[in-house]
Amino acid sequence: MKVKMLSRNPDHYVRETKLDLQRVPRNYDPTLHPFEVPREYIRALNATKLERVKIWNLTKRKCIRTIQAHEGFVRGICTRFCGTSFFTVGDDKTVKQWKMDGPSCGEEEEPLHTILGKTVYTGIDHHWREAVFATCGQQVDIWDEQRTSPICSMTWGFDSISSVKFNPIETFLLGSCASDRNIVLYDMRQATPLKKVILDMRTNTICWNPMEAFIFTAANEDYNLYTFDMRALDTPVMVHMDHVSAVLDVDYSPTGREFVSASFDKSIRIFPVDKSRSREVYHTKRMQHVICVKWTADSKYIMCGSDEMNIRLWKANASEKLGVLTSRERAATDYNQKLKEKFQHHPHIKRISRHRHLPKSIYSQIQEQRIMKEARRRKELNRIKHSKPGSVQMVSEKKKHVVAVVK
Amino acid sequence: MSRNQAAESNLLALNQQKELEDLPKDYPLSTSEDEGDNDGERKHQKLLESISSLNRKDRQKLAERSEASLKVSEFSVSSEGSGEKLVLSDLLEPVKTSSSLAAVKKQLNRVKSKKTVELPLHREEIERIHREVAFNKSSQILSKWDPVVLKNRQAEQLVFPLSKPQSAFAPIEHVVSGWKAGTPLEQEIFDLLHKNKQPVTEPLLTPVEKASLKAMSLEEVKMRRAELQRARALQSYYEARARREKRIKSKKYHRILKKGKAKQALKDFEKLQKVNPGAALEELEKLDKARMMERMSLKHQNSGKWAKSKAIMAKYDLEAHQAIQEQLARNKVLTHKVQAASESEEDDLEARQAMQEQLARNKELMQKVQAASESEEEEEVQEEEEEPLVPDMVNGVQIKANGLNPWMFRNHFIDAEEAEVQKDLESVEEPEAQETSESEEERAVVEEETLLKEFEERRSLRQKSELNHMAEPVHRQVTKDPSSQEVLSELRALSQKLITENHQSGKQELSSARTAQREEPAREEEEPMLLQRPKRAQTLDELEELGREGCVENKELPRTAVEGLQLEKNLSNHIGTPKEKKRKEQMIDLQNLLTTKSSSVKSLAVPTTVQELEDEEERDQRQMIKVAFAGDDAIRDFLKEKREAVEASKPKDLDLTLPGWGKWGGMGLKPSAKKRRRFLIKAPEGPPRKDKNLPNVIISEKRNIHAAAHQVQVLSHPFTHHHQFERTIQTPIGSTWNTQRAFQKLTMSKVVTKPGHIIKPIKAEDVGYRSSSRSDLSVVQRNPKRLSIRHKKLLENNCVD
Repeated sequence: MKVKMLSRNPDHYVRETKLDLQRVPRNYDPTLHPFEVPREYIRALNATKLERVKIWNLTKRKCIRTIQAHEGFVRGICTRFCGTSFFTVGDDKTVKQWKMDGPSCGEEEEPLHTILGKTVYTGIDHHWREAVFATCGQQVDIWDEQRTSPICSMTWGFDSISSVKFNPIETFLLGSCASDRNIVLYDMRQATPLKKVILDMRTNTICWNPMEAFIFTAANEDYNLYTFDMRALDTPVMVHMDHVSAVLDVDYSPTGREFVSASFDKSIRIFPVDKSRSREVYHTKRMQHVICVKWTADSKYIMCGSDEMNIRLWKANASEKLGVLTSRERAATDYNQKLKEKFQHHPHIKRISRHRHLPKSIYSQIQEQRIMKEARRRKELNRIKHSKPGSVQMVSEKKKHVVAVVK
Repeated sequence: MSRNQAAESNLLALNQQKELEDLPKDYPLSTSEDEGDNDGERKHQKLLESISSLNRKDRQKLAERSEASLKVSEFSVSSEGSGEKLVLSDLLEPVKTSSSLAAVKKQLNRVKSKKTVELPLHREEIERIHREVAFNKSSQILSKWDPVVLKNRQAEQLVFPLSKPQSAFAPIEHVVSGWKAGTPLEQEIFDLLHKNKQPVTEPLLTPVEKASLKAMSLEEVKMRRAELQRARALQSYYEARARREKRIKSKKYHRILKKGKAKQALKDFEKLQKVNPGAALEELEKLDKARMMERMSLKHQNSGKWAKSKAIMAKYDLEAHQAIQEQLARNKVLTHKVQAASESEEDDLEARQAMQEQLARNKELMQKVQAASESEEEEEVQEEEEEPLVPDMVNGVQIKANGLNPWMFRNHFIDAEEAEVQKDLESVEEPEAQETSESEEERAVVEEETLLKEFEERRSLRQKSELNHMAEPVHRQVTKDPSSQEVLSELRALSQKLITENHQSGKQELSSARTAQREEPAREEEEPMLLQRPKRAQTLDELEELGREGCVENKELPRTAVEGLQLEKNLSNHIGTPKEKKRKEQMIDLQNLLTTKSSSVKSLAVPTTVQELEDEEERDQRQMIKVAFAGDDAIRDFLKEKREAVEASKPKDLDLTLPGWGKWGGMGLKPSAKKRRRFLIKAPEGPPRKDKNLPNVIISEKRNIHAAAHQVQVLSHPFTHHHQFERTIQTPIGSTWNTQRAFQKLTMSKVVTKPGHIIKPIKAEDVGYRSSSRSDLSVVQRNPKRLSIRHKKLLENNCVD
């Protein structure tokens, strides 16, 4: 008699060594795994909630070196592209170059070079590839590191220029912002300014996108940031609104996908380049007006300096796990990220992912701003309604803030 | 700068008017025009004049010139005092008259024909133009980045840093030179290496080798090289030949080869015996040793794995048998003591006898094999045949003595003989032996038929009983509860019964109840479908007819299938299946017909009404509409709809009965009512409907407010249609629903960065563009002309300071 039995080949389920992964036979038949969408939705919900866990890490918190560099304020500082030395400008009308490494014992702390200038310099930036740097004050000067006089100086009108920045990709381009509300672009090779755009209010600083040669972002006093395409200055590509006070500094992530802004409202925010609202806001109880902000070169951290004389190191992505990830962990985080992206339009997920705790001052100011904005909008609508059709036009948010483009 | 100065002078002028005494530095301004004079007296005079003029009202008057005014001097022209302007034509008048100035005249004419040069543009204008040109140029340069930016924005995944750092290959000597041996072991190794002057890198020749190479002359080297080449070539030829030979599959070839080798060896041995008896003896000893080894080992016995398997195979396979034989023979040969030919004939005789015996045994085996190829059952017969085959074997030996291959010969020889023997011994019990003569075949056919008949009888009996089993429940069920059957199932049952009756026809049981059953459902179905009645009746009639036909066939069948039931079965099979099909087709046709007929009726009805309308043209539009929509009863439709909605919203009962669980199941078997009752889970009564007391309203209660909180209400930006959005949501991305590869692909993150890796700004070289060869610095240094005058001055000041 033949006895029928269920039999399995041990090769299909027995591990060769105990270090092997357990082989789990899977059946992808969709009928066996019903409710895909609801299950993934729940997973997405959990993934968004997970983001709330914040782990802060700081490296060694020690000041290595203190230099008495200038008499009076130090107005600007920048490092050389190679990282071996840095330049400072101060209220004492000097430009000084310092070694990055500290002096050996017995040696006195002295600058490598000192250049005495005629006027006060308010900002400095170094060329990305060559031994050239630019200072700004009454005019924009281009200096060769080897010379004591500028090789080229450019001006357009009379005003104090607060900051100057080299384009990291097309390195002969510069951008500066002056206190008469304008942003001026310069070409170093042709030694001429190119174009000027006048905004509603003063721009504090600009930053070029390190991955897209023609894109730069301007931090403005009117609480907004403007991303421009330098070839078409009459309309900004994007207006980034979320701050409730003047934006003082901006810096791009090295990936060119996001930038961080420091504001007078005691917070820093991270904006995606193509979004008008911020993705993240960082604040602490003790942090006062944030003066400057920088994104680290590996795009993982953000540093900010604030009025209460502290430098803070933040994670660029708050929920990211630091340290080495196992492949399974990485797969899980990737999956969670994708789920969040997939279900981002669902109301609950949107609410949770957008929710941030804010200090009371910022929170109330946001409410106030909202009311003001709504009132302005209502007024504009009323004006359109009560005037001859076509005589009053609705001005888009992007166009509203640009006063003029001067050729 | 110039603007600044102008403004300054204006201011000064104003000041002059008001408070001149306080501003002694105004003098140089007014005196600036006669700087050329260096006469002290005149200076003094001027000063006095200017002081006196301060009191006058018209001090703004032009300063007087010192030259004589009414005369035309050699160097300058003045029209002062004449009261009229100086015109060029006046000056040129003397030219016309004098002929000596022809050259000047020509020049003047040339000048006249030329246009006047336009005023140079204002500096600001120039700067603006410069700026615009520069802007266009730089934006053109920037435009080359457009495709790169677009590509990066749309990229599925970007891994930063974009340019992978090229791993630097440091030459080993650099590494070695930079590294010092620290531990004693390392020291020792280094010493060893240095002592032998072992090169660390290429060329991998020691200095000694190099020296030896150098020592050889050129010709020598060439010769040696040629020799080596030749040797290499020969080796390769030989290898190729050996490979080719090895690949030859022909057994014959190998056998011949082996034989040849053996012959050669023998010849050699004989030669050796003549030439060098000592060596020959050694050879003999060697052979003896080999024999001993062979005797010791079981290499060529039939105890090996291969031999055993071959022994089994030998029964069925001639070749295997042969192989075994060969092996045994070899064993014999190998183990046979090599002796001088003169020693003993007895041994030879014995050996020959032994051979004969063995051969006899072999013959038996061979025959067995042959028999096996015919049929297993013949084995016994073969055994019986042993005795008569003995002489054959003797024959075989004789043949062998003749020197022919006995085995080959035997094959042909015995085949024929065996056939004869088998003819005689053919038994009745084994009819499958069909290779025998024709006379036997007839007998075999008869026997076959009888046997087949027997089998068929048995089989048919079994089938009958089965069919009875099958048919009975169906029958019972139909008779029990025919009214509850639906039309189709009824028909199906009927058809089934017809089939079963085909088989039961042998018993001639034609129940009268069957016809009654057939009529009963028909009567019932008349009620709901009155309109379709004639058609239905027709079809039923047809069915009945069909049934009758089947019966007729069945009745006929036993008569025809007297000889064998198998034929009947085949027939029933053949007839039954197409019939079924036919019936099914008919049923389908029936339904089709019904539907088409009803529609045709409707379509017929419409034109008649239209015709009526045409006849009575005075009726107005409203009436027409009323008639046109006469069929639509809105209220009834609504009520129906509401009823349907209520039905649909009612919670459904859950039936968990499993047919065949705890009882027999199968075609037409239904689980008992008790079971059904037991496993039926009644749904709880839902909350009352909101429109329960509102007869004219349907309130949909499908919307679930709890779920609504989680649902997307507004279509967000990138999507233009809700289908798109739904599609993106419905495709799962988890590993639960996707294969590992697909999961990885779906959850690929857009931007990948590594901690601690510096991401540098994108470079033209990274994306395949050519970066400008000249550095910015050199370009700037090459055109210093752009430094404006003021800046130059500033720079000078800087330097002075």
